Parts: sequence; structure tokens; C-alpha cells
Amino acid sequence: MSMRFLPCGDSAVLVELDDLDAVLALHAELVGDTPPGVVDLVPAARTLLLRVDSRQTGVDAVTRAVAAVRLGTGRQREARTVEIPVIYDGEDLYEVGRLTGLGERGVVAAHTGQTWTVAFAGFAPGFGYLVGEDDRLHVPRRANPRTRVPAGAVGLAGEFSGIYPRESPGGWQLLGRTHRRMWDPQRNPPSLLAPGIRVRFVEVPAR
Amino acid sequence: MITVVRAGPLTTVQDLGRPGWAHLGVPVSGALDAPALRLANRLVGNPDGTAGLEITAGRYAMSVARAATVALTGADAGLTVAGRPAPFGAPVAVPNGATVEVGPARHGVRSYLAIAGGVDVPAVLGSRSTDTLSGLGPKRLCDGDELPLGEPTGEPSGVDFVPTSVPRGDLVLRVRLGPRDDWFTDPTELLTEAYTVDVNSNRVGARLTGRPLTRAVTDELPSEGIVLGAVQVPANGQPLVFLADHPTTGGYPVIGVVDEADLPLLAQARPGDRVRFRLS
Repeated sequence: MSMRFLPCGDSAVLVELDDLDAVLALHAELVGDTPPGVVDLVPAARTLLLRVDSRQTGVDAVTRAVAAVRLGTGRQREARTVEIPVIYDGEDLYEVGRLTGLGERGVVAAHTGQTWTVAFAGFAPGFGYLVGEDDRLHVPRRANPRTRVPAGAVGLAGEFSGIYPRESPGGWQLLGRTHRRMWDPQRNPPSLLAPGIRVRFVEVPAR
Repeated sequence: MITVVRAGPLTTVQDLGRPGWAHLGVPVSGALDAPALRLANRLVGNPDGTAGLEITAGRYAMSVARAATVALTGADAGLTVAGRPAPFGAPVAVPNGATVEVGPARHGVRSYLAIAGGVDVPAVLGSRSTDTLSGLGPKRLCDGDELPLGEPTGEPSGVDFVPTSVPRGDLVLRVRLGPRDDWFTDPTELLTEAYTVDVNSNRVGARLTGRPLTRAVTDELPSEGIVLGAVQVPANGQPLVFLADHPTTGGYPVIGVVDEADLPLLAQARPGDRVRFRLS
């Protein structure tokens, strides 16, 4: 388990870790016990970005505090689980079944049959990059991104699954759609998903 | 209330943004030249975080449906009230119903118009800023829009004039190398020659063109968190400096980070202006 501290301007440090599990473990530790003066904790695939308020603390002090964190093994145990009902009628379901060799029903079974973890956010407010428990559903992005993907579309790209929080262009392979509202700025918190939260997809019939 | 008579090329409502939501994918947003907005607010007696207007390249006009105090700062542009010239960088009294016009920007890009009481559109996640990347906050202004004003809470400043400093000529930005300077064959290439501000620059980032930076590592970088001022180098080797509406994560290596204090200067650089980097 190693941490590399990379400079990131005068008020942030980028911590590079071995893998996503280490990122999630360090993120869970720092959410529970945030060093004073840290104003943003932004996890990503292999890194955790810490932004500090330089009026309160310095990057050096925060780096020392993070270096002293002793990480448990594996992911945060007591994370909250969110259920996402999905109608599996996506335009790329057949193609994903072909690419993975699982067939359409096999893809649905693999997608609903594992627990996903929100690794990090990005691309749009409330968009979570979800990682699963195995690599059965790892597929490339579409060669031709769509100019319009509707809100609630559930897709796959690379090692991730994700749910579009609003209509946008996108290159993910679409498996289906959900009616759950992923993002609502009037809600607190505004996003249904946040780093560390677990996700279970549940198949529901089309209405 | 104000009524937009002419929105101009791009006018948005801006305050000091919505920091602290990056973990949910929310850009910080806010005025690109925050010191200029703070100054405009101070001139009209508003608290620092009050929402004003960020006017890109000028050519904006509105009518104000009450007597008010306004101040224009940032990019230098002519200001008229009810057709009469009014001073830049100073509190200006506007009679009830008068039209306020901002002419084309003479130097710089972004002017800030503060109105006593502030623009009182609903706040989203604690900010009234228009976020052009994610669509949070009010939409960009259009001709005919009506915006509510808040109640003034302070007295206009007694100053006659405040000197402002929008850059002219070559701009020098202080930069700290990293986090991914080791992905380039020679990261100090960034420091050797001037770059030109590209016309495709916007609130997300200032695109620069010049000598392309060469990569030592050509792997795909897994997405990682991005800070304000990050100098990202996409596949074409031309650096892009992220401004307030930047995405919270990105998958191209960041060669260095510009000091936050220098970003307002970059936000005022025009397409064609030259930019140099030096180590902070």
C-alpha cells in the first residue's frame, strides 16, 4: 500500500494510490476524519485530490496528516446502499450481449447480480462512475457517441457503469433507463450518488 | 427589477461561485475576474458575495425599474446612464426607469456590473452563478429578460475613482509544475516560448496555441481531480488553462497549475494576446 503525493498548485495535493480500492479506503477515512482546512475531497480512479483553504492550513500540514492515516483493507464496510430500478430496454443491450458473450439476458443478470460502488463523480453533476465486482461487463465506449442521451439512461463504458443525471451527449453503451431522479439541486444532498455509496440495480417491467 | 434591453455576446449572473461540491461533479463557477466583481460590489455597498453581471466583451443594455446605484469594473468599457457618460470604476446613481448601457470592451474581455442590492435570482447550492458547463444557476441573459433585485444593505462607497488593472501586452502567468509534469519529455518547454490565447477560450478554460508540448508517457491517464488553474495538455499538445467552469475531473495530464492570483489576468486576455509562463 503506497501513497505518492503529487504537487497540484499552491492549495491542493494529489494523492496517487495503488488502485481504486485504496482510493475508496483513504476517501472513507478522510470523510470520517477530515484534516482541518481541507475544503474538497475529490476521489478518482487512482487518485484522491485534496484542496485546502490556504488561510487555514498549508499543503505540507495536510500531506503529513494524510501520510499518517492507516488504511484498513478493502472498501468501506458500512456504506449506504441505493437501489436503482431499471427497465432494461436500452439501444445497446444487444451489442453489449454480443461483445461480452453473455447475451441480452445474461447482461441483465450480470448487471443486477452484483453490488456496484460509486468510485467518483464527474462528467456532470450527480454522475457517478460505478465499479462492479468483476470484469464480465467491461466493454469499450461506442465508436460513435450519441448527440443526445436521455436523463435516466443506464450505461456501460470501460470498467464503469453509470446513470445519466440529465439529457446530454454521450458515448456509453446503453442498457436501459431508470425513473429515479439522480440529481435535484433542491434536494439535500442534491445527488442520489456520492463516492463510496453502494448501488444495486433491480430490473422492473416497462410501464 | 432590471429588464435586459440588449444582452450582448454573453452576459451571465455571477457571484463567488459554489465551492465544496466537486466530489459530486459540480464545478466551482463564479466570476472569472473575482477581484473585479468584489470591487464593483464594494463600490455600490454590497457584501462581497453579492451576485452581479459578468458582461463578456461589452455591448450590454438594461433598464432599472427603481432608483439604484451601479458600478462597472473589470474590462474597461464606456458606461452611459440615460444616455449620459458615467465614470468607470466608480459608484453611479441611476434614476428610476433609466437605461444603463455598457459599450464595447476597450481593454480586457469581462466587465462586471454591480447593482446595489444585487441580482436576486434563486440560489442553487448556495450560489446564483451561471455555470456554463453543467447548466446550474440562471440561464445566460437574453434580450427582454427581467431579473429581480435585492434590497440594498449598505451605503455606496464614497470614493471618486478606483484604478483598475486589466493587463495590456504580454501576460506572464506564474505556474507550479505538477502533478503530471513527469508525463512530458521536458516540462520546462512550457516556460520557453510565448503562447497565443485562442478564440475558442471560454468560461471553462483559456485555450492556448503555440509550440506543442511533447509527451514522454503516451498511456491513457485514468481520470483524476482537477483544480482551478490546472494546465491540461490534450492529445494535440496545446495547453488549456482551466477557469471557473472547469470539469471536476479529467483524463489528460496536467503539466502544472497557474497561481490562483494570476487567473483574473488570464480571464481578461483576449484572443490573440500572448501569454508566457514562469515558475512561481
